[in-house]
Amino acid sequence: MSAVPSNKFARQHVIDPEICIRCNTCEATCPINAITHDSRNYVVDFNVCNGCGACVPPCPTGAIDNWRDVARTSPFTLEEQLSWDTLPPAQPIPASAHDEIPAEVRELTQLASAGQGPATKAPHSAAEPCLNLYTPAKPVTATIAGNLSLTGEGASADVRHLVLDFGPASFPVLEGQTIGVVPPGVDASGKPHYVRLYSVASPRDGERSGHNNLALTVKRVTHDHHGNTVNGVGSNYLCALKVGDRVQVVGPYGATFLMPNHPGSSLMMICTGTGSAPMRAMTEYRRRRAAQADGGELLLFFGARLPQELPYFGPLMKLPKTFIDINLAFSRVANHPKRYVQDLIRERGDTVLRMLQDANCFVYVCGLKAMETGVLEAFRDVCRERGVDWESVNTALLAQHRLHIETY
Amino acid sequence: MSINYDDKIPNNVDLTSDKTLQRALEHWQPEFINWWKDMGPEGSLNFDVYLRTAISVDPQGWAQFGHVKMPDYRWGIFLNPKEQNRKIHFGDHLGADVWQDVPGEHRANLRRIIVTQGDTEPASVEQQRHLGLTAPSLYDLRNLFQINVEEGRHLWAMVYLLHRYFGRDGREEAEALLERRSGDVDNPRILGAFNERTPDWLSLFMFTYFTDRDGKFQLNALAESSFDPLARTTKFMLTEEAHHMFVGESGVSRVVQRTCEVMNQLKTDDPEKLRAAGVIDLPTIQRYLNFHYSVTIDLFGADQSSNAATFYSSGLKGRFEENKRPDDHILKGQTYKVLEVHGDRLVEKEAPMLNALNEVLRDDYIRDSVAGIQRWNRVIEKAGVSQRLEVPHKAFHRQIGALAGVHVSPDGRVVSKDEWSARQREWLATPEDRAFVASLMGRVTERGKFANWIAPPAVSINRQPSDFEYVRFN
Repeated sequence: MSAVPSNKFARQHVIDPEICIRCNTCEATCPINAITHDSRNYVVDFNVCNGCGACVPPCPTGAIDNWRDVARTSPFTLEEQLSWDTLPPAQPIPASAHDEIPAEVRELTQLASAGQGPATKAPHSAAEPCLNLYTPAKPVTATIAGNLSLTGEGASADVRHLVLDFGPASFPVLEGQTIGVVPPGVDASGKPHYVRLYSVASPRDGERSGHNNLALTVKRVTHDHHGNTVNGVGSNYLCALKVGDRVQVVGPYGATFLMPNHPGSSLMMICTGTGSAPMRAMTEYRRRRAAQADGGELLLFFGARLPQELPYFGPLMKLPKTFIDINLAFSRVANHPKRYVQDLIRERGDTVLRMLQDANCFVYVCGLKAMETGVLEAFRDVCRERGVDWESVNTALLAQHRLHIETY
Repeated sequence: MSINYDDKIPNNVDLTSDKTLQRALEHWQPEFINWWKDMGPEGSLNFDVYLRTAISVDPQGWAQFGHVKMPDYRWGIFLNPKEQNRKIHFGDHLGADVWQDVPGEHRANLRRIIVTQGDTEPASVEQQRHLGLTAPSLYDLRNLFQINVEEGRHLWAMVYLLHRYFGRDGREEAEALLERRSGDVDNPRILGAFNERTPDWLSLFMFTYFTDRDGKFQLNALAESSFDPLARTTKFMLTEEAHHMFVGESGVSRVVQRTCEVMNQLKTDDPEKLRAAGVIDLPTIQRYLNFHYSVTIDLFGADQSSNAATFYSSGLKGRFEENKRPDDHILKGQTYKVLEVHGDRLVEKEAPMLNALNEVLRDDYIRDSVAGIQRWNRVIEKAGVSQRLEVPHKAFHRQIGALAGVHVSPDGRVVSKDEWSARQREWLATPEDRAFVASLMGRVTERGKFANWIAPPAVSINRQPSDFEYVRFN
């Protein structure tokens, strides 16, 4: 790798002049005199601020809690900030500014998206993602801000919701992107562990809106695909972390499995197990923007063995039906026939076909490799039963970059 | 030192080491709670309110949020950490060590300063006690209660100083702080503005914007004091005072924003049409502003005052941001411009600066107030509306000092008594204005909903979702 990208960008602390009441509390609180003011604005000096956050809780307005990703060499100057009447919009960091993706990561993502056929592109209205800001040679340190179990009593698997806080470091992500975690230590052959990839489960403005954090959905791996006992290095490492522990993170990765942002765009989301992570991120992003009423339909097919193994089951059930159309399939409920997501897709065939043919609807599939074929077959059946040619629907889906598959 | 929550009275002043003081305060505490139950927010004793409580004076411990019943709020005694080798930095004792105890010769004056400041704290709780019944949202109701409990804590802060440093006199003064009542004919609060009614939420927002800002400037001046415990106490109070001004500034701003929205929807600036649409027209907001501004700048006292000179020279009370002023900090022989009326004109006159220190603080206050009004004007400008709000002239509607009893229009013309009588209704909120505003007041208790006359806030409290249940009525 040619350069050290983590040094190129920084998170700049700024104050919202529309909300600030100029009470001087932040300036009085700052332990290193990074905050100053004139008769117009209170501003933070990029060259002094170390992002310690001491000024954040005493601020009576919340104006203090604003951050912008900037190129380290050209932050907002004091003079610029003093002239603001409003905060400038957040600018995405251009993808061209990033270094090459590590080969192992590229390999994994290619495998994961193989099911969609030829390489696709992001939806035309997706936000510009940041890529590969941090590399295995130069990872960023995140702090665990939360680690809780998502699975209920009697579940056969331990699925956990981890919250990683990036403190003063810039780590912008979009829904659908993945990050890499580098477990400490070395593997059996004495080499450092390779990077483990996890889908981000929180929206772009943070697990907690406006915070510099993100969430992951991690299933503790205790068996491999063939049922043999095996302790997954990455998942067991992550699941055992406690609040306050530090973890080395690389990425972000993923430039195509991204959500559309144009008004009226709809999402069809099909997932199993921890494949729900990007779906949760997208749904939550849309939920936070619900007041704008500019989103189209949300249709979710979600499969798990048992209700208690379905991550985010509780919060999901609280979402209004007018906001999201939820279809759940359980394959191991005693005395009930096994149901899979593809069964539900067939049952909801009319809606599914209408959305597959809608140029504003984008389809996301995430979960175990095994579901991929089943889902595509279900699509084909839905079309055939209604006298529609699946091949031409599929061609349009691919040509318009509306089908996104990530399976493992 | 962190705050000891095992104590009956949370504190960072090592209360357990002074048993006499601890007993005296523990005796005062139930009287305070009784006062809160009688005169605190009406009908609120059983509500769970999402409040901020300080658990230590460092930034991390500063703002702990959770639902509490207000009578169980952890009122306590917190002083900013002691600064080693702090020196007196103004007045006749410039350069000497600050006082850790009260010098005998300043005892009466310091007691008076502390009692006057302390009296405003319960007074404002009393003034606002009925407002909870007409809160425009759960968010606003919570903010009102946060202000109320923090005014209560400010009372505690002053009572601690009285008990700790003023012996029996101090204890009697502390009792009297719970006995006076805002607006009571026989036993009123000390300062005039604190006996006025706060009848509606526009008045509350104006009060917290203008009158709590007076608190900010008074506390800033006391934070310079040579009496170190007073300086450290008021420094910490200032952090809390900021929330109160935030409620005022954002409150008026949200009222203005809503009015402008409706002006644009109806494409009118006709006050009658806007009133019919259930929002407060900008001229009415301006008349409220004129009233609260003029009443509040009276709180700084007479423009020439020998007391002000004594307080400064003896080191009891400094100026706002004393440290940032590039003069000798003694001020003898210096002058400052004050206003007087000569015939039908206002003229500026040079007065000895020491005697004019009330005016100095008032002018600092005015600059600060004006800046916030410009921010309200930006909301109006953004909405594409051409009207603007402005502060009236400093001499308008004054009751104290050389300008008392003189009739001056908001634009600074000395006017005849007849003109004043004829036009007063254009300049100050009328009983009809107040009746109209009162007619809009009705309690909104549905989560995430706001009354029609006010816009939702830009930011929630502690980043809670916009439909958060800030108050549970039980």
